[in-house]
Amino acid sequence: MTSYRPDALIASDISAYLQLHQNKSLLRFITCGSVDDGKSTLIGRLLYDSKMIFEDQLASLESDSKRLGTQGQEIDFALLVDGLAAEREQGITIDVAYRFFATEKRKFIVADTPGHEQYTRNMATGASTADLAVILIDARKGVLTQTRRHSYLCHLLGIRHIVLAVNKMDLIGYDRATYDAIVADYRAFAESIGIAGFAPIPISGFRGDNITGPSANTPWYEGPALLEHLEAVEIDADADAVRPFRLPVQWVNRPNLDFRGFAGMIAAGTIRPGDKVRILPSGQTTEVARIVAFGGDKAEAVAGESVTITLADEVDCSRGDVIAAADAPPQVADQFQATIVWMDQAEMLPGRAYWLKLGTQTVSATVQPPRHAVCVNTMAELSVKTLGLNDIGVAEVYTDRGVVFEPYADGKDLGGFILIDKATNATVAAGMLNFALRRAQNVHWQAVEINREAHARQKHQAPRLLWFTGLSGSGKSTIANLVEKRLHALGKHSFLLDGDNIRHGLNRDLGFTDADRIENIRRVGEVARLMTDAGLIVLTAFISPFRAERELVRKLLPEGEFFEIFVDTPLEVAEARDVKGLYKKARAGQIANFTGISSPYEAPQDPEIRVDTTRETPEAAAERIVEAIMGTWSPVI
Amino acid sequence: MLHSGNMTETQAIGATRGASPVRLTHLQRLEAESIHILREVVAEAERPVMLYSIGKDSAVMLHLARKAFYPAPPPFPLLHVDTTWKFRAMYDLRDKAARDAGMALLVHKNPEAEALGINPFDHGGRHTDMWKTEGLKQALDQYGFDAAFGGARRDEEKSRAKERVFSFRTASHRWDPKNQRPELWHLYNARKHKGESIRVFPLSNWTELDIWQYILAEAIEIVPLYFAAPRPTVERDGLILMVDDDRFRLHPGEVPVERSVRFRTLGCYPLTGAVESRADTLEAVIQEMLLTTTSERQGRAIDHDQAASMEKKKQEGYF
Repeated sequence: MTSYRPDALIASDISAYLQLHQNKSLLRFITCGSVDDGKSTLIGRLLYDSKMIFEDQLASLESDSKRLGTQGQEIDFALLVDGLAAEREQGITIDVAYRFFATEKRKFIVADTPGHEQYTRNMATGASTADLAVILIDARKGVLTQTRRHSYLCHLLGIRHIVLAVNKMDLIGYDRATYDAIVADYRAFAESIGIAGFAPIPISGFRGDNITGPSANTPWYEGPALLEHLEAVEIDADADAVRPFRLPVQWVNRPNLDFRGFAGMIAAGTIRPGDKVRILPSGQTTEVARIVAFGGDKAEAVAGESVTITLADEVDCSRGDVIAAADAPPQVADQFQATIVWMDQAEMLPGRAYWLKLGTQTVSATVQPPRHAVCVNTMAELSVKTLGLNDIGVAEVYTDRGVVFEPYADGKDLGGFILIDKATNATVAAGMLNFALRRAQNVHWQAVEINREAHARQKHQAPRLLWFTGLSGSGKSTIANLVEKRLHALGKHSFLLDGDNIRHGLNRDLGFTDADRIENIRRVGEVARLMTDAGLIVLTAFISPFRAERELVRKLLPEGEFFEIFVDTPLEVAEARDVKGLYKKARAGQIANFTGISSPYEAPQDPEIRVDTTRETPEAAAERIVEAIMGTWSPVI
Repeated sequence: MLHSGNMTETQAIGATRGASPVRLTHLQRLEAESIHILREVVAEAERPVMLYSIGKDSAVMLHLARKAFYPAPPPFPLLHVDTTWKFRAMYDLRDKAARDAGMALLVHKNPEAEALGINPFDHGGRHTDMWKTEGLKQALDQYGFDAAFGGARRDEEKSRAKERVFSFRTASHRWDPKNQRPELWHLYNARKHKGESIRVFPLSNWTELDIWQYILAEAIEIVPLYFAAPRPTVERDGLILMVDDDRFRLHPGEVPVERSVRFRTLGCYPLTGAVESRADTLEAVIQEMLLTTTSERQGRAIDHDQAASMEKKKQEGYF
């Protein structure tokens, strides 16, 4: 058996060995096939042959093999990688497991996806980061439905290198004719779905044929062994290095007023100081000043590196923007055609708003009813109304603002996205942008956009919504008024929404039934949001008795802008104060649906600020609130 | 494409492919991925913290954080959940590492465990449970951290091979294996409800060898206990234990013996087994590691307690 760790060199000259290994590259691949195809055996074999298994693990492997193995008294490599027994008993889904091994030339990360019912979702996950796919076929069975399914998914996720590993050659007597027939069969299928090329290799994972070196059992096969092939294949990121430059801005580094660095992982291309760049979506152009690094500035950086760069000019640039080659920028659009893999138990709701995360951009998006779904076994287009778990479909996606993107076929980092359910926060789908719809492409993006950041910047403040909630007579308006006065004195731009200016105008058509109360809060929330878009610090003083509506408003705003302030006054205290005489009327039955008396108040469970009015004066509370708000003040980028 | 006669082979390869001559090594790729993860959390979480255990993996993670946010210091504190039973050399490096990085160091000791005098000699599994598992939950709650970086790697153990990079915990810090999110491309979904938190593992794709090679390449300071030196030891239940201070309870007739030993992992000193070794340089340690025949976790008493113990501990909130 060939060893992939030259023990002699390790023992004789460790420095030389480490030097050699310092310069290894990294290849990520996925293995597709079920246990029946010998997938676990193959992975176990790769780990074993590259000596990634230690003696104590081997000892337990040998005893397990005798007890549980399917290979008689011989070592069952599959036991090395099969999921834990306890896990299966608990019914935990093993979705994607990652394994590691290395040869002299490369380090490998293997994504291993078990072949059960969650297959599509798991394979898409494993394939999304893979440079190469090993499609396993049992030589006795040939190309099966599952072979087609695996190949289609790998191709869909844009894997450029496919290895057709025809396994269990030992069980067909290393018969060349059978092997050739399988390869021809697969070639016909691969061409039909657009797979440009693949590398067929006859192997036996169990016997070790053509795994690390040529096998004497297949003298008719002249190609490389599996590991030789894996060591030689070109890595995607190396190919990405020659594409036009793209840096999705992940974080703005501002340790002091003199430094403003833009940090992120380079999605494509190569960058050097002096290169002309364009900031998307604004369209402003400038030059790269420095590539800043811990050990000293760098002269060059390439795709796959996480960098911090500075720019020659003061331009607006923040998380979500993309710094790109000035002469070859990516597109900006808000309507797309996309291929979507649904990953959640709850099916897709066309028209519902989800968060769409692409690169470092997060926007609100709706998915239209699918044009069609794809049957992963036959690749037939099916007519459907929605997508359920493990379904794949093609649909239009509309975003609430422009997204900087590239078609997925051109670049995964700016073409691949996930959808997030706004209520549960679950990742419900993965998608690939195919192209922008024509009407969206025509949207012209001005160099300077008057957006909410621009509005806020002009006012030298960050927008906030201070949402006061509490019983009638708890002191909401009193405290909110004091807070606003204090903010005004500090030179902040604010506006207070309360019953007086809302109930008499915008919401005069609403009464006090539960439905009307919900609509009342919804409208107040929308108005407050518009005002924060205008850069204002908005204060609202409404009973807002229902938790769900307060959470709804919270979700309308960017994270960190909504402050729930619970003016906590016990009912008996508020009733004793009864400033407007309302409790008396309510008790007398003259007011229906009065909160606290005949309608519930759902107290906040975890408000940003709680004011206990029995222990704190309104002035002290107002001062504390202003301090808390100012404390979280992050300067607008 | 024509080659000029004096071109080196590497240049020629780069030129024929039309590619830049710069090609990233596996360590550069791992570094870039980890930095990406660290920055993503800082961009999306409200109050991140880095769990710092003083071991070699923590040392690498801290170094990556310094690189990720340079020239700013990492914009989060370090948190050491202290069991009071670490090696003395660990406490020395802990304070220095935080100072060098310009980061705040928070040390949490479970007051309940302190009051009860929980120790590894009398309390077995309860020691880890109270000091570490409970202590960690207390600290996260006390400071309101919503994201905590940990240095766990997928190659450490079978059950970790499928662990996510972003691992979600309920408000009561429980890990719900059925409720973890798929991670595609470089996209991580960090959204959570109030009270929920995330454990983030930036070193997920590193192996033990990668860690050592990176420490060598970047000249990262690690606890001297990783290098062989003569140390007072006793042998118990197949483990070589170091008598690090006078709290170590010697059995009747037991006398500490000086052995040349080093440690492959570091934890509470009465629970951490040493290996006999003369490897006193990084190269020599790596050499031994590559030629060794037992897996890394064998030196930890915690695993032998019960089968699938890591899985169980993870559900309870231990890393």
